[in-house]
Amino acid sequence: MSAIYVWIETFKGKANPTSWEAVAAGRMLAGSMNLPVTALVFGENAAAVAQEAGAFGADNAITCDDATLSEFRLEPYAALLTQLVKTNAPKAVLGIASNRGRELLASSAADTDSPMLADVLDLSASGDGLSATRAVYAGKVLSDTNASGATVFVSLRSRAFKAADPAPKQIPVTTAAPALSEAQIATKIEGFAEAAGTVNLSDAGVIVSGGRGMANNPANPPAGLSGDAASVWKAQDGFANVLQPLADVLGGAVGASRAAVDAGYIPYAHQVGQTGKTVSPDLYIACGISGAIQHQAGMRSSKIIVAINKDAESPIFKMARFGLVGDLYQIIPALTEELKKRLGK
Amino acid sequence: MRIAVFTRSTPDTAAKVEVDASGKVTWGDAATVVNPWDEYALEEAIVQAKNAGGKAAVIAIGAPMHDEALKHSLAMGVDEAYRVWDDALEGADGLAYATTAAAAVKQLGDVELVLFGRDSVDVGTDQHIYATARKLGWTMLAYVSKIVSIDFAAKTIKVEKILEQGKQVITAPLPAVVSVLKDINEPRYPSFIGIRKAQKAAIPVWSLGDLSVTLPASAARVTAFKNLPPRDTRFELISGTPQEQAAQLVDKLLEEKVL
Repeated sequence: MSAIYVWIETFKGKANPTSWEAVAAGRMLAGSMNLPVTALVFGENAAAVAQEAGAFGADNAITCDDATLSEFRLEPYAALLTQLVKTNAPKAVLGIASNRGRELLASSAADTDSPMLADVLDLSASGDGLSATRAVYAGKVLSDTNASGATVFVSLRSRAFKAADPAPKQIPVTTAAPALSEAQIATKIEGFAEAAGTVNLSDAGVIVSGGRGMANNPANPPAGLSGDAASVWKAQDGFANVLQPLADVLGGAVGASRAAVDAGYIPYAHQVGQTGKTVSPDLYIACGISGAIQHQAGMRSSKIIVAINKDAESPIFKMARFGLVGDLYQIIPALTEELKKRLGK
Repeated sequence: MRIAVFTRSTPDTAAKVEVDASGKVTWGDAATVVNPWDEYALEEAIVQAKNAGGKAAVIAIGAPMHDEALKHSLAMGVDEAYRVWDDALEGADGLAYATTAAAAVKQLGDVELVLFGRDSVDVGTDQHIYATARKLGWTMLAYVSKIVSIDFAAKTIKVEKILEQGKQVITAPLPAVVSVLKDINEPRYPSFIGIRKAQKAAIPVWSLGDLSVTLPASAARVTAFKNLPPRDTRFELISGTPQEQAAQLVDKLLEEKVL
């Protein structure tokens, strides 16, 4: 029987919660197409994650808890997904457009000569196929795209769809055998360094971002530093000891403008904008960021934008719902204190 | 031995891009630039080809406007440039692009490594990159922040790949398709001599017939482009001492239910 497949992304045996957004999108399609939602869970702890997927709306699940799948590798993951699609011809395969989801779904789509709607913001059933809204031209324009075929692959932008409230239930689970044995897999993982303080900007509900203005830190750099080196120290200190505490109180992540990254104030993983991450948090607090059009491309779909900048003429204020003209090094600590008081933290 | 790298021309990053009354995407008289992510792929192709004593070849699939990106690539120091265009490619989807790209790589013949930038900002996707690797039947290594080592004789490559949770170190066989991130290198600026040479270069254009490729019908089609919905233009300036600003902002954010 045909179905809507939803790939559940996991890391070390735990589901990536944004995958529940994909289950919700699958549920929505399943309703209009009268099909069940099948969760696909590969890797360790798959059986438990499958039941969790049931709580979030999946009707049944296919799992493969094999050692070859314990860490994500495209080769064995894509081979298994392709095999399942070829055998069962699901009407659609959905997944979150994370780094892994993007390459996994596109690879299996190519293997099965299926069309793909990548990184969609909106999705609906349309005639024999699916219709999606996508961001194109660096997010400056939207496109409507239709896809039809035996199976359509869809990757979903994080936070574009809302996960359901979980309601625990037991769902039937089928186990699948891996498509490749370890001997058939040429890619080998030699090591993994977990990122210190995960940056997961795409999934963050709140982002506190810093720009060039981070260098105006009144804190004194260690003796011996001057000029650019002193500016870099001041900005790094500001990101770590002024912005990070605010992000912590809000349960959010720290972002940055390209100017801040290029100046060496913070690693590239934090960059928001055209050559960084595209984000859409509920709350985006831009601190000392002027708001170049390239930065706007990465954050303009944020629900509420707060701009804090010394220069009242900065373009960032044109994007903002709330503007605070002033010194971020005075305002942010006051804001952090106020939030601790009001949120009882 | 060649290293192939794909690029395209995209509107200047500062250009205002919109949909005009006829439904076409326009960026007025703004210039086009190399797709911003591709600068890193081009730089890596130049460096890796030089290290290996091979050649770097750049390919664009698209209309004549993409010659601009190819000329920029030549000016940076890429050895050869090719463009693939055919009316049948108009409106092609990721699968059709990948089928064409794989055929172009095969046409070059002695390619061991294909490089792409992280994604193409105009089409807003990276799916064609992974699809190209599958159509070639080659290793795909995405989100690479560093090529640790590459051995064309032993046909192996070792890279650092970025996931949301951290960094994987992966070894894999060549030939491979690699998509690169911004932190892999510092792209060079074209030299004056490079720019003059590039302006004079004749860029061969291959048709689908030249590549002996038959395209699959594009099953994904753009039906319309739309301008972004207007942003909420409400703006409130919050003034006072820093403490007053902070207190007022928290009030407002609680009202907006974003805390």
